[in-house]
Amino acid sequence: MRHIISILIENESGALSRVSGLFSARGYNIESLTVAPTEDASLSRMTLVTIGSDEIIEQITKQLNKLIDVVKLIDLSESSHIERELMLVKVRAANGTREEVKRLTDIFRGRIIDVTPSSYVIEVTGEKSKLDAFLHALDEEAIIELVRSGTTGMLRGEKGLSL
Amino acid sequence: MELSGAEIVVQCLKDEGVEYIFGYPGGSVLHIYDALFQQDDIKHILVRHEQGATHAADGYARSTGRPGVVLVTSGPGATNAVTGIATAYMDSIPMVVLTGQVPLPVIGSDAFQECDTVGITRPCVKHNFLVKDVHKLAETIRKAFYIATTGRPGPVVVDIPKDITTPTIKIPYEYPRSISLRSYNPSVKGHRWQIKKAVELLMSAKRPMIYSGGGIILGNASVQLIELTRLLGYPITNTLMGLGAYPGTDRQFIGMLGMHGTYEANMAMHECDVLFAAGARFDDRVTGKIPEFCPHAKIIHVDVDPASISKNVRVDIPVVGELGPVLDDMIEIVKASEKKPNQEALSEWWERIARWQALDCLQYDRGASVIKPQYVVEQLYDLTRGEAFITSDVGQHQMWAAQFYKFDKPRRWINSGGLGTMGFGLPAAIGVKLAHPDADVACVTGEASIQMCIQELATALQYRTPVKLVNLNNGYMGMVRQWQEFSYESRYSHSYLETIPDFVKLAESYGHVGMLIDKPSDVRPALEEAFKLKDRTVFMDFLTDPTENVYPMIEAGKAHHEMRLAPGVSTDTELA
Repeated sequence: MRHIISILIENESGALSRVSGLFSARGYNIESLTVAPTEDASLSRMTLVTIGSDEIIEQITKQLNKLIDVVKLIDLSESSHIERELMLVKVRAANGTREEVKRLTDIFRGRIIDVTPSSYVIEVTGEKSKLDAFLHALDEEAIIELVRSGTTGMLRGEKGLSL
Repeated sequence: MELSGAEIVVQCLKDEGVEYIFGYPGGSVLHIYDALFQQDDIKHILVRHEQGATHAADGYARSTGRPGVVLVTSGPGATNAVTGIATAYMDSIPMVVLTGQVPLPVIGSDAFQECDTVGITRPCVKHNFLVKDVHKLAETIRKAFYIATTGRPGPVVVDIPKDITTPTIKIPYEYPRSISLRSYNPSVKGHRWQIKKAVELLMSAKRPMIYSGGGIILGNASVQLIELTRLLGYPITNTLMGLGAYPGTDRQFIGMLGMHGTYEANMAMHECDVLFAAGARFDDRVTGKIPEFCPHAKIIHVDVDPASISKNVRVDIPVVGELGPVLDDMIEIVKASEKKPNQEALSEWWERIARWQALDCLQYDRGASVIKPQYVVEQLYDLTRGEAFITSDVGQHQMWAAQFYKFDKPRRWINSGGLGTMGFGLPAAIGVKLAHPDADVACVTGEASIQMCIQELATALQYRTPVKLVNLNNGYMGMVRQWQEFSYESRYSHSYLETIPDFVKLAESYGHVGMLIDKPSDVRPALEEAFKLKDRTVFMDFLTDPTENVYPMIEAGKAHHEMRLAPGVSTDTELA
């Protein structure tokens, strides 16, 4: 099953490689990994999407907790949560297809953020499945370049992951 | 007090109460070595290879419970230390390794003797640090000792760039009295309710089994383990790492378990209905084939490391906590309980175990005309009355030492169990001898292993650490040869050492006593003579039966009840 693990980690050099090193050393999968500082400059927040059986996920959370730099973590997928991913797609948009691509972008509530006579850059935000669906709807041949941020997320309601 | 970075390093070690530091100088640590030179409190042991420094510090740590301290230079100094760091990591040994690093401004420029020490050691340390500011040096070293010695212990590396230790830059020094890390809370008390449930299950057992490991020794919980085991009257087995945690000569002890464990211990594991695992980690050499591990048992597991629980084997009642306090609680609950273990079932269980014991699975040919390695270990045990500190290398000799030397006390059996590091024994013995100068210290080794750190014979002379080397010389990498015999139709691919040095002359050239023993009748007299030479390191080269194998043996991937017991005899033939 797919799990989204949210981690508060000391904002130290090398902290990221401790996490990624753990995953490669123990043979766990990483589907995506995002990391950035939080409102507290001494802490980074990491969102890690992984796939595994319940036993493996249990081991992953235990092993992550064992890292000295990891301050706190939760498995978002165990509770009601929100997840978002940002995607930028550069597509060919010449005379014949410009309108169609624009319409599709509107349907997915995306935004065109760069325009040339022959291309658009489209920004789409949402759950992973929505972004996948948007790509599916686009003509594959038209995609020049694609970048995705990886999933990030938080719990619904007033409870948060904090110290 | 104003100190330079180099002086801070030395002063921190003093403030930690460090007695010995094992190391080897080099460019990046010269400032620190200069500071060491100007004091007498900390004794520096100059090894001949950085791997030796880590193993010696490791032996010191295992035999005392105090952290071992290592100081090596950058680049090759650090990479040579990696094997010893990984050895300590796999066996959860507290160690602080200080490595020199090139100056901060040139890090990343492929400078002379530069390597990414923090990156290289990351997977085999409990934690590591790169010190980037001299003002954080003392605090970092304090943290290193704190992390290394608390919770599940382990090695911690502190990488110190040379410019951090510059003698001319002095800063105010104060050693942090206490330390707390928001992300690390090592001291855990077992959950009382879980402990109660564990005791209830344990008391309801008809065929109980206690399986204890190195965690008991690391947690100094041997006294509690003995009390609880005696209180219950249950059979107990120790892992390779746990030997000595429960007295090897006690009647409730039924031997080591696992790949080369006793028939009775492995059969009892297979047949038990409640298994109590205390400070053990269900290593593959212990469990054998996981789907058939303790097929009839409910399992209780107490460990300080939550990640150890249900890692390899699902357990029914987990208790996360330090072994000593958890066992104290268990003893208290057992004593207060009105319910007592089912004595009738228990005596039936003991009768069954006695029948397994009657097989005498550790028997060997005592009338042989060649020296049997088991005989040498037996005589060593007898001569030292089981009171020596025994280090070992890795292979057949290690297993025979584990099987035939009955350890009655913890911290007497010093071996690389997890990583299985050849070359461990001799430097470890030096570390043990420094910590216990009045005790007998022997290293049971083989002609292949000993050559991996043989250079430390020079260290043993320089620091007058008279250890006794018991070399079980069969000309082969014995354990490799045994596997090749069993699994590769005796195709002995590169396991025979065609050229072996004359160990007697070698020992003599290092300034020690060398002895060659090739007759069974000479074994005992040689050992007696060697141990009489109290102040000399003696290398006893025993020419042993090259074809002898370690039995019993559970081959990789087999279950506990599937053992080879002797040439041509397995549990199938025996039980039929």
